[in-house]
Amino acid sequence: MVDIALTPRAAKSQMREATSWDQLKHNRNWLGFWFMLPAMGFLIFFLAYPLGLGIWLSFTDTKIGRVGQFIGAENYEWLWDDSIFWLSVTNTLLYTSIASAIKFAIGLYLALLLNENMPFKAVLRSLILIPFIVPTVLSALAFWWIFDAQFSIISWSLKHLGLIHQNINFLGDTTWARICVIFANIWRGVPFVAITLLAGLQTVSPSLYEAATLDGATSWQRFRHITYPLLTPIIAVVMTFSVLFTFTDFQLIWAMTRGGPVNATHLMATLSYQRAIIAGQLGEGAAISSAMIPFLLAAIMVSWFGLQRRKWQQGENND
Amino acid sequence: MQDFTRRALLQGGTALTAAGVLTGPALLEFAKAWAQTAQWKPEAGAKITLMRWKRFVPEEDEAFNAIVAAFKSATGTDMNVFSESFEDVQPKASVAANTGSGLDMVWGLHTLPQLFPTKVVKMNDVADYLGKKYGGWTDAAAKTCMKDGNWLGIPVATVGGYMTYRKSAVEKAGFKEFPKDFPGFLEMCKALKKNNTPAGFALGHATGDANAWVHWVLWGHNAWTVDKDDKVIINSPETAKALDYCKALADTFIPGTASWNDGSNNKAFLAGDLYCTANGISIYVAAKNDPKMKDLAEDTYHALWPIGPIGKPTEMQLAVPILAFNFTKYPNACKAFIDFMLEKAQYEKWLEGAKGYLTQTLNAYDSAPVWTEDPKRAVFAQASKRALPASGIGTVGEKAATAIADFIVVDMFANYCTGAKDAKGAMAEAERQLKRIYR
Repeated sequence: MVDIALTPRAAKSQMREATSWDQLKHNRNWLGFWFMLPAMGFLIFFLAYPLGLGIWLSFTDTKIGRVGQFIGAENYEWLWDDSIFWLSVTNTLLYTSIASAIKFAIGLYLALLLNENMPFKAVLRSLILIPFIVPTVLSALAFWWIFDAQFSIISWSLKHLGLIHQNINFLGDTTWARICVIFANIWRGVPFVAITLLAGLQTVSPSLYEAATLDGATSWQRFRHITYPLLTPIIAVVMTFSVLFTFTDFQLIWAMTRGGPVNATHLMATLSYQRAIIAGQLGEGAAISSAMIPFLLAAIMVSWFGLQRRKWQQGENND
Repeated sequence: MQDFTRRALLQGGTALTAAGVLTGPALLEFAKAWAQTAQWKPEAGAKITLMRWKRFVPEEDEAFNAIVAAFKSATGTDMNVFSESFEDVQPKASVAANTGSGLDMVWGLHTLPQLFPTKVVKMNDVADYLGKKYGGWTDAAAKTCMKDGNWLGIPVATVGGYMTYRKSAVEKAGFKEFPKDFPGFLEMCKALKKNNTPAGFALGHATGDANAWVHWVLWGHNAWTVDKDDKVIINSPETAKALDYCKALADTFIPGTASWNDGSNNKAFLAGDLYCTANGISIYVAAKNDPKMKDLAEDTYHALWPIGPIGKPTEMQLAVPILAFNFTKYPNACKAFIDFMLEKAQYEKWLEGAKGYLTQTLNAYDSAPVWTEDPKRAVFAQASKRALPASGIGTVGEKAATAIADFIVVDMFANYCTGAKDAKGAMAEAERQLKRIYR
């Protein structure tokens, strides 16, 4: 090592205090900030800005084709007394709760089944994805035909079997129409739940099952005390997404019923589209969309706080 | 080949006598002659993008494309035309209006120009010129496009909807001719149901078909959504009578009409399940174009909408106006094209291609050959004249368009007819929805 005698000027230069710019360049915390900046930009521009704009629009009387004025909570006040809006809220909650529960039950059953050793396992796992890979609008159109008032294949078959004498009014009757759209949503959503839960099941160590079997555990006990607790975190994630997707569903309803008959299948998303885009009332449509946020936040919070409970994640009893 | 000269064109007569058969090269020759005398000269190097509604009759599209091709060739204007479904035209036009770019012209549904009156090129000169030349505009068409004395667009045509029925079924029901009033029509529907040859009208969210017939029932009873000052008056004894009449009709319908969209009655009629409905001429055109449906086509006839207690026609027909945005760089080219569209030489040929799906809005075309070469089309010739504006007796504009797009009247009738609400409840809900829009 060579000692170098520093000139007073050089020493002064080396001794100078780091400027703000130097800190921004070399400070580890700031470096992290720089790396995060592109991601923040994306989040702000593509997620936060549209959300903020939507909320802002809901406080204006903006129409399609012209800029609106700030009108405070007037759109929300009108919605509060709007029976069709509240019907759409009821429909959305009904649609989401029933479809999500059934999707979970069927998805879990299929996941457990496909996790077993069986012939053609890979083929069966691929087949189960079919409803998921068919474009939504295409499957909606297929269901529209299946449940058509005049040309339903179900009515046709039952009539030819002598079980009914006239067509079932699937999409023309309010109760039937609700059942039909929920059925279509379940068909469409089961693969997502099944395949994701199957992925979770694959992570459970077989040695746990072996040990439990040696201890004489029944299959129910193995499920109850091994599978279910270890699967709980992924169930929370899957159900959160399933609820979010179902709550915000649009294409199935729009292609099958356009919210009819007599608004019996209007969800908040379809009513928002009808009011905002078709009828041109952009502010009011934005208010309906914004009214979905509390429900969606609640769904996220349930999952978020659930995932924060580490003991729960580790398969232990909750405090 | 017909040789059109500037002199011949100006003199009319000889040249235009042959105009009804203009196709291909003859159309081009006419276009060239027209371009020399046209009042609006396209700007040099003009490029126009036009969005229109998607055609339902293929021959109409072919005729329209021929007009565009001839215009391009004769004027040197570059034109890009693309189609969207009826319901997508308005949102996309609105985006263009908001951003001030993307489109020069839009051809869409009824009150479209009223949605952005400050964003369109005023068409007063084009409307005056065409109106004077071709016998004036029909009333509803003019009202649809005018605001404060200005023409915001030009009403190119009306998509007429009329009663489409199977003659054999109507005769079997005991009617030698199609009923002309509401009571007669109800009796016929009852008889059709009794014979298992039912009628059916859309009560679902069918933009064209459902709105058309429920407004006919409403207006026919002298009931209106709003009065001439746009005050909401839906909750009235007249509306209650209209609801009762509609319920009595709906009880005779084929099951499932509450779920019908715009295509449902076409399918059911062509499948032989439906014997009377309201529609554009597309059902008949489809049957006629299909050799397997020869018998059905021969048995299919059209009739005017029966008259209600009000004592005069109350038809809601679909006007299709065209507009040019004021941010276009080529306003003269847009005006020239609109003028060219409506000149007799090719307009009558275009009407012929539409086979009755489009009806003229200029009185001089009442005698167009399309209305006489097949008598079954004849009633559609009256669509523009018998129509009321989509707003009824209220102001034409975005509020009326919103009420229609929101299916307020359709849902009111559907609520009552399906038993979802009683008359008071159905009217109260409609009143509340209309007040929301007309506030």
